[in-house]
Amino acid sequence: MGATLTGRLAAVARSAAALAIATAIISIVLLALGASPLAVFGDLWRGAFGTWLAATDTLVKSTPLVFTGLAIAIAFQGALWNIGADGQLVMGALAAGAIGPALGGWHHPIAIAAMIAAGAAGGAFWGGLAGWLRARREVNEVISTIMLNFVAAQVLSWAVHGPLMEPSRSFPKSVVIAPAARLAFYLEPSRLNLGMLLALLLALGSQLGLFHSASGFELRALGRNRRASAFFGIPIARLTVGALALSGALAGVGGAVQVSAITHRLYETMSPGWGYEAIAVALVARLNPLAIVPAAILFGALDNGSQAMQRADAVSPVLVNVIQGMVIIILIAFDAAAARGMRAAFFGDADAAATANGEALEARDV
Amino acid sequence: MFEALLASTVAMATPILLAALGELIVERSGVLNIGIEGAMLVGAFCGLAATWFSGSIVLGLLAACAAAVALNALLALLVVNFAVNQVVAGTAIDILALGLTGVFYRQWFGVTGRAITIAPMRPIALGPLARIPWIGSALFAQSALVYLAFALVPIVALVISRTRYGLELRAAGERPEAADALGLGVYRLRWQALMIAGVLSGLAGAYLTMAYSNTFIEGISAGRGYVALSVVIVGRWNAWGVCAAALLFGAAIALQFGLQAFGTAIPYQFFLALPYALTLVVLAFMGGQADAPSALGEPYLRS
Repeated sequence: MGATLTGRLAAVARSAAALAIATAIISIVLLALGASPLAVFGDLWRGAFGTWLAATDTLVKSTPLVFTGLAIAIAFQGALWNIGADGQLVMGALAAGAIGPALGGWHHPIAIAAMIAAGAAGGAFWGGLAGWLRARREVNEVISTIMLNFVAAQVLSWAVHGPLMEPSRSFPKSVVIAPAARLAFYLEPSRLNLGMLLALLLALGSQLGLFHSASGFELRALGRNRRASAFFGIPIARLTVGALALSGALAGVGGAVQVSAITHRLYETMSPGWGYEAIAVALVARLNPLAIVPAAILFGALDNGSQAMQRADAVSPVLVNVIQGMVIIILIAFDAAAARGMRAAFFGDADAAATANGEALEARDV
Repeated sequence: MFEALLASTVAMATPILLAALGELIVERSGVLNIGIEGAMLVGAFCGLAATWFSGSIVLGLLAACAAAVALNALLALLVVNFAVNQVVAGTAIDILALGLTGVFYRQWFGVTGRAITIAPMRPIALGPLARIPWIGSALFAQSALVYLAFALVPIVALVISRTRYGLELRAAGERPEAADALGLGVYRLRWQALMIAGVLSGLAGAYLTMAYSNTFIEGISAGRGYVALSVVIVGRWNAWGVCAAALLFGAAIALQFGLQAFGTAIPYQFFLALPYALTLVVLAFMGGQADAPSALGEPYLRS
């Protein structure tokens, strides 16, 4: 990452510019659809931050995006293209949802720790599997993680229709988890819970691990140049499996927190696509763990506000997907090597120093 | 029963095969097109919408192709000219397509309930062939897109292995620097491949809304584009192999519906997961990328 202040400012400016361009294009699309962009953006804002309760719910809806965003950032820093945060989150939720009902007699903090550990283990298994396939069987992790997303969705569906199904067996949902395994809500009727705090701690931990540890350095070196890393004796296989397992664990903890705090049981669908949305989050944050938090809140706010927008303007909430897709496209276009000259004209030469993260986005051996 | 299963297998395999043949051409040129799911989705939506507004199946098919080609042009600009990461660009295209089709569907055809339907493409019975016992009605009384998909298999196989164009395409996918040095024009070849794939994935999407069903629901492609990605891998980057893999996965999906109706000890989710799980197993045991074009997925910037 850019060590200098100007470098960091340029990085922030790029993300802000991408959002501004996306907003402008969305406005044109809305006008073409016969909706008023001002009304739509106004309702988005009111839905996300209009009331105190809406603002707290924005935080709640951002929480899974922090976990999955961190998962993506860790993997992408090593040029390991994990598209499977969705499946990893689902496997984490599944593990937590499976042990949750059995934690009745446990102390609350221990039950919570067990839930989180189960989530981390479920996600790490799923991510580590992709890592193992990459390191030992030369299987492209892009393909394996996409495939594992679909397998995870079917495993979850089977679990809630089969072994974990609630006793009345009338709906595809699992047995409710024990009260001891539930994260409490604070300041009700808000749904604020300790999940966001855990996400913040993990963001801090990821930042330290990535930028202030030997393994983090090795992972970033791997991301910059895999061949040179091998030459310098970096343990590529171990690092690949470890990074993807860690990435999966982060997403899996997100799934466990969702079960523990919000859903209290498993349903057929546990993620509305957080694992994919996380790619937009991570890119806006320039793969920088601390920056994941505000980026996740931004996209969480869009998700939350889109509900109000749907009611007020009859615009489909999937408008948010259009924004996500465009933000990613604009950011990678900014980073494109071919656009370097043009970008220097906009942001000055200081920008070149700040592209270290962007550099990791240029695949060397996908 | 057998006949119904066979008919259902062919019907399920068709959109996957159309998309996979396009993906095969793109991958042979060295591009990994994750955006294929999005191209199918816009094809499905625009095909239905154009048919609904114009009343013409032909215009619907043209619109489906045009929309998917336009989306692939955006992808081509990013991955060919800007040489950005193909995975991230493709994923963005998928997310964008899901959003755009959802927003326009809602805006044009109202909120819920009032599902729009069209008169779908009619099956065409191929004279006496359709009267062959056991297999006739399953194989020879299908929509035109089914015949097109299977007719394309030998054509694509031939073009890739026996023509000058196929040779150039493979050169771009194996050694782009060398291909450019020979003046073959890697950018041009990759653009062309993505345009061809756009037409094919547009038709694949159109098949879903205009032949297999007659309506659109948000996210109707439901991962079939990703299945097409697996089909190319399991088919070892070869048109005949792709055809066999598409039929295999079509059969798995058809079986799932059949078994759900009959009730069986094997959970239906097993069959739904089968294409994806099988891809993982094949990749793990067949030595990963051994048959893949060597420059597949690597951004290439002309120096």
